[in-house]
Amino acid sequence: MNSHRRQAIERGAAGAPLCAVADVRYAPPRRRSVARRKATDLVIKGFSWIGASFGIAVMGFIVWEVVVRGAGALDWAFFTQPTPQDVTSSAGGFANAIVGTIVITGVAALIAIPMGFLGGVYLAEFGRNGRIATGVRMIANVVMGVPSIIVGVFAFAIIVKPLQHYSGFAGSVALAFIMLPVMARTTEDILNLVPNELRESGLAMGAPRWKVTLGVICKAARGGLITGASLAIVRVAGETAPLLFTVLSSPYWMTGLFGPGGFFGGPVANLTKTIYDFSGSPYPQWQELAWGGALVIIIAVLGMNILVRLLFQRGKQW
Amino acid sequence: MSTVELDASPSTGAPRGAAQAAPRGHRLRLGDPIFRVLATACGLALAVAMFGLAGVLVYNSWPAISGLGTSVLTTVAWSPVDHQYGALAALAGTFLSTLVAMVIAVPLALVIALLLVELVHPAVARVVGTAIEMLAAIPSIIFGMVGIFVIVPFIQDKLVPWLLSTPLGSLPGIKPGAQFQGGGVSIFTAGVVLAFMVLPYITAVSRDVLKMVPQVTKEAGYGMGSTTWEVMHKISLRYANSGIVGAVFIGLGRALGETMAVAFLIGSLFTSLPHSLFDPGTSIASLIALTFSEATDKIQVSALIELGLILFLITVVFQILAQAWLRRVQRSTGGRA
Amino acid sequence: MVGTAVDEPTQMQSSATVIPPRLEVAEDRRGAGEDFAALPTEISVRKLDFFYGKEQALFGNHIEIKKNRVTAVIGPSGCGKSTHIRAYNRIFNLYRDQKAKGEILFDGANVLSSQIDLLDLRRRIGMIFQKPSPFPMTVFDNVAYGLRQHYRLSRSDLSNRIEDALKRSAIWDEVKDKLHQPGNALSGGQQQRLCIARAIAAEPDVLLMDEPCSAIDPVATAKIEELILTLKSKYTIVLVTHNMQQAARVSDYTAFFFQGRIVEFGPTTKIFSNPAEKQTEEYITGRFG
Repeated sequence: MNSHRRQAIERGAAGAPLCAVADVRYAPPRRRSVARRKATDLVIKGFSWIGASFGIAVMGFIVWEVVVRGAGALDWAFFTQPTPQDVTSSAGGFANAIVGTIVITGVAALIAIPMGFLGGVYLAEFGRNGRIATGVRMIANVVMGVPSIIVGVFAFAIIVKPLQHYSGFAGSVALAFIMLPVMARTTEDILNLVPNELRESGLAMGAPRWKVTLGVICKAARGGLITGASLAIVRVAGETAPLLFTVLSSPYWMTGLFGPGGFFGGPVANLTKTIYDFSGSPYPQWQELAWGGALVIIIAVLGMNILVRLLFQRGKQW
Repeated sequence: MSTVELDASPSTGAPRGAAQAAPRGHRLRLGDPIFRVLATACGLALAVAMFGLAGVLVYNSWPAISGLGTSVLTTVAWSPVDHQYGALAALAGTFLSTLVAMVIAVPLALVIALLLVELVHPAVARVVGTAIEMLAAIPSIIFGMVGIFVIVPFIQDKLVPWLLSTPLGSLPGIKPGAQFQGGGVSIFTAGVVLAFMVLPYITAVSRDVLKMVPQVTKEAGYGMGSTTWEVMHKISLRYANSGIVGAVFIGLGRALGETMAVAFLIGSLFTSLPHSLFDPGTSIASLIALTFSEATDKIQVSALIELGLILFLITVVFQILAQAWLRRVQRSTGGRA
Repeated sequence: MVGTAVDEPTQMQSSATVIPPRLEVAEDRRGAGEDFAALPTEISVRKLDFFYGKEQALFGNHIEIKKNRVTAVIGPSGCGKSTHIRAYNRIFNLYRDQKAKGEILFDGANVLSSQIDLLDLRRRIGMIFQKPSPFPMTVFDNVAYGLRQHYRLSRSDLSNRIEDALKRSAIWDEVKDKLHQPGNALSGGQQQRLCIARAIAAEPDVLLMDEPCSAIDPVATAKIEELILTLKSKYTIVLVTHNMQQAARVSDYTAFFFQGRIVEFGPTTKIFSNPAEKQTEEYITGRFG
């Protein structure tokens, strides 16, 4: 830009290349009320604070109610006695239900966690952007949104109906079905956070793929993987709907593996279905037991959440 | 493995890889393929599981589908005793309770997300965000129990009488039918509790999406003399609107399939359409939950499974829509950055 | 610290040893031939300190921005140039740990006082950012944003003003058929001129430009520089730039910042031909950057 051009522009002379419009003067326009805009802003901010406080208050309220109503039921008997069968016996606890839930959830975890983990490994390490992997990923996301009661119906159809009886195993299969995509996607997300350099340096040492993946990468992502698995387990432990017509429940202790009281043979006592039954009963002491069970679940769920967050603060990252 | 001819003797300066590869040989070559096959199999198992689920549902509901035809979708009443298998009452209840839940949850979620992104100190935002995420972890049955023992009496004894005493009470769809208990166990109650079950999901996704609005764009808005709310709704919400829609879809999907809390709270009126928000009703999920175990008639079981298939299809459609929306968001903000 | 030689009308001296030949400074730059003290002052900064948390970034800044002139702010990166002008419209208030102390007098009031109406301040002091940041709306709505927010206008009045702003930003011909396309469908240089149109549509008094051309290609940069020269007849412009040649081409007065302090301030011709401070000279001649 030479000085002549610059002078011409600055004078606004004709022939200046820009700004053909002369300096038009408009009448000053009417102003909008600043006070009103500020007031609206304050009102919305107020709503935000109220809304957030309300949301947290509700959560606190739920936990509080369960604690208040259930704490009284949690005595030694609660954790050692099986469920009462008639109202006259004042003894009784949820011990068999708790054990049942632990067993059912444990078997489900045994099925779903290794499979889910390997599936996640596939998505993160082998599939990446291939068409099959993308399809699998999308299907996993969709399955995660399927209502748990439908999963229960599915397990009913493939296990309970052919065998003609309910069983703890059917419940485990339903829970495993729910856990599988959760575990796979969580594994994939966590493994994806591991930097590529780590993979490359492992492979560059001449180690085979499986050793690099299992030994190096998973060890690096260990915190996140444990977090993911724990949260998945604890989430299905609180499920009721999938157990409604697979496991049902039972007032007795589980008796071994087969036979009418066994894990594969018949209904097994479990915490969530028992809570459901007892809370619907008309007897206050049974209702109190139900609240006690609810408290146990809340402690397990929230406790596990807090625990993994504290232990593996960088749990979301590897 | 490299095919370069390397001196295999470990005592010379040959690269470490070559020295290790030579003696291990065959054992090494099996590990990787097995691993890959296993992993792929587990990955595919996911797909198999999904199609298996769909297939089993279709197979088992076939007797009802072929026997009842479209009457399931056109009949109102579900009354196996009279051999009536109509899903309309359940569909209406599902729809209405979800609607109530969304009307409450979405504005609340947006306003909480606004607070977390713009109004509070980051440390406070993290604590509040975590608390809301914990709300998501509480199992459905707990919501149901607190609902029935605490919320239902509140609505019945306090809210409904109050509502009826105000002009709002004469609006259509508010006054509960006289033959019912007074609005406690109702679609409205189920909707309210549902709102708090989906609130954490919508809040979390909305917050993440709002955080993606570039700081420069927001500064430009403030620089023009806008208030916080003006920047939020003219700029941030517009920038993030696909993401927010995706969040709403996710919430919708969850609300549609929620079973236990709704079963506790919506009542078990299977035979007629609700005339008021405060009437009891039913939803597809709770209908299945409440009647499946006592179903003896083969057609009844099959019809129930058909209901499950309908619910399955609805939630799958919503999930796919939500995924598609959210993928669009990621792509467009990636392009904008 | 404070600029020296501010009120001496000087003529350019041919000290050829100081100007590297590639810098173009016209002999007719306004700053050189006028009486600084007699000019009306738009913004007067006194003893400005700025803090990021506990770290001080600006130390006792003292400067006078004159009306209808382009004042360039130059200096090596990290010296506080952007921080300084971001104090003028208090955009730093968005961040909790950023604080400013001192006086920035604009239209008789101290901008940094808590009595100031921020919304009105930002209506009168507009800002252009380094990265072109059109709002997620159409071109038309982008330019209309400030107008709709601060004023009540009839639809025809609005369209006229928008067309005028786009013409004054030298982008009308390029967007007149695209008014209802999204703002970010334009190229980078066009987006930046759109942001300028958006800022001037709301009729500010001052335009703060924070390295407006650093993310733009050279052809678009030239257009924006020409634009700045036409705009200064109506607005007061403060231009932060790391490009010395740009400051030399476009500005009337220049302030040289170093490590949070204003080392020298004066007419552009003087700064680039005969700077009083040694640091200024070293920076101008490229001994450090």
